Amino acid sequence: MTAAILVSIFMTLAAAATPILLAALGELVTEKAGVLNLGVEGMMLCGAVAGFAVAYSTGSVPLGLLAATLAGVAAAMIFALLTLGLGSNQVAMGLALTIFGIGASSLIGAGFVGRTITRLGPLFPADYAAHPWLRLVVGHDAIVYLSLALVLAVSLFLRRTKAGLILRAVGENADSAHAIGYRVLAIRTAATAFGGALAGLGGAYFSLALTPMWADRLTAGRGWIALALVVFAAWKPGRLLIGAYLFGAVATFELQAKAAGLSFIAPEVLAMTPYLATIVVLTMMSLGRRTGGRDAPACLGKPFPAP
Amino acid sequence: MSAIITRRTLLAGTAASAALPLVGARAQAPFGVGFVYVGPVGDHGWTWTHDQGRKAVEAAYGNKVKTSFIENVAEGPDAARAIRQLAQAGDQLIFTTSFGFMNPTIQVAKQFPKIKFEHATGYQRAENVATYNARFYEGRAVIGTIAGHMSKSGQAGYIASFPIPEVVMGINAFHLAAKKVNPNFKTKVIWASTWYDPAKEADAAKALIDQGCDVITQHTDSAAALQAAEQRGVFAFGQASDMKAFAPKAHLSAIVDDWSGYYVKRVKEAMDGTWKSGDVWGGIKDGMVKLAPYNDAVTPAARAAADEVQKGIVAGTLHPFTGELKDQKGTLRLKAGETASDEILSKMDWYVDGVQA
Repeated sequence: MTAAILVSIFMTLAAAATPILLAALGELVTEKAGVLNLGVEGMMLCGAVAGFAVAYSTGSVPLGLLAATLAGVAAAMIFALLTLGLGSNQVAMGLALTIFGIGASSLIGAGFVGRTITRLGPLFPADYAAHPWLRLVVGHDAIVYLSLALVLAVSLFLRRTKAGLILRAVGENADSAHAIGYRVLAIRTAATAFGGALAGLGGAYFSLALTPMWADRLTAGRGWIALALVVFAAWKPGRLLIGAYLFGAVATFELQAKAAGLSFIAPEVLAMTPYLATIVVLTMMSLGRRTGGRDAPACLGKPFPAP
Repeated sequence: MSAIITRRTLLAGTAASAALPLVGARAQAPFGVGFVYVGPVGDHGWTWTHDQGRKAVEAAYGNKVKTSFIENVAEGPDAARAIRQLAQAGDQLIFTTSFGFMNPTIQVAKQFPKIKFEHATGYQRAENVATYNARFYEGRAVIGTIAGHMSKSGQAGYIASFPIPEVVMGINAFHLAAKKVNPNFKTKVIWASTWYDPAKEADAAKALIDQGCDVITQHTDSAAALQAAEQRGVFAFGQASDMKAFAPKAHLSAIVDDWSGYYVKRVKEAMDGTWKSGDVWGGIKDGMVKLAPYNDAVTPAARAAADEVQKGIVAGTLHPFTGELKDQKGTLRLKAGETASDEILSKMDWYVDGVQA
């Protein structure tokens, strides 16, 4: 196996990991504030279709990315209105948001089926990445770098800033946060909006970078993987990064192994590997929790004020 | 005229359907033709091609027909409800376009003996249930011939969905045709374990290209693999419809499903009262399987060879599966000169030598 192939595999891996990382990072912040939004898949699809529609109509991928982010926020605000404003059940509304996102994106995208655009290219000029190993560092598109920077930013925000501390307080004990004067619902709405923005951006990564086209259900269930990844990462941004790239690695390895003809492993077994890995990690985590640790925000999914 | 029924309006419609038999008595009402789709019409693949057929029926008969469709119908109990809904709404000919609709179609057909049904890709028939399918493997033989000529590395990548006979015969037909051109040809198969997951299809294409394949073909539904091929500068083939727009340089040709001719003909027969149940398995000759125009990159030699194969198939002088044919384990599957019967094709679960599956 030559260096070129290894580099190529890593590039594929990073591209596979990025949209999941973005969506999961947004959901992590949302959940840290105590809101469980299961509508990630729906918000991703809204972002994917809005991003493609705008990029196709204006010819500008950056405008498309912006539109996708706003579409994700808009979808998240529907959710916020229903759950935070009107106090409906978060699990039910999250599922409804996914179903809504599938339908709405299909309706908006109907006129864009069969069209294509110039995909989002690498951030740096190709000359920089002439050497294969150098491509690993400078060969990616802007969103890959943005996602990595956001992991760092979210991590610092949650652990090192006062605002981050308040957000976590709202997620851990909404009543106490309220008692000392923080506006719980406003903070939760902001966190939900951030989650929607990143989900929309993650969705647009499919329609603008990975597979520059629109087709119904383009994200094919990645939103659910992002949700699982938040649990997998025990609500820690650093672990989320590792988890997303691990997922990308396993998914890419599965395909590479098949292409290389490693027939001693049945294809069905390879297809199972990402899910097996999830089960193993979740089991290990719950074993750890038995010895005293606790990962999920205490008020996750609970309405405020309590009914 | 067309009426689009989604699952949501379907629920509302079922409540109102009790009143519908009254409407059924209309005298010169348009002839109702219904379609049940497994996917969204926006998939630009399988379901989209059936919907093109529906539109062709409308274009052919205008106000004389009224077509309607229900999309995204899950294979299973939901399907029977969807089919029954169309039957109760007054449709007189109903096309159910996925293998998994077989039992529900038969079941509903028993309850509506006067309505005619057509089930795609199935094998159960009745007095009022016909079946139809297309010989896609003929198209595979043509693109395999082109692949054999165009591949420099002598390796093609094949992104496949599930190892069912329909897919297996496609792989074998493609490989046998390519091998005729280049005896050392290799076909590497990746089982994507899905019909539709654009990102995964694209990654599968990249993995195959990494492993030295310079022609990519697929039996999955999206155009993502073509885009990956375009990006990496290798060749690829479209699936179900002409996908040149997605990959202007990479797209050598495509196997195009064309149900229009069949649908228009069967609707006419149903209107005239000459409709009969039966089984149609149409190929290139019948216009059900077509090849998209060749890319400019296709060399004259490849063009000539591909045309030759098409002509041979149409004339009946060439069958993609002609003996002597052995599978990978060395078992004799076809004797010298013998061609594969439909029976053999529809049960195919073995690979020819040179396929890495």
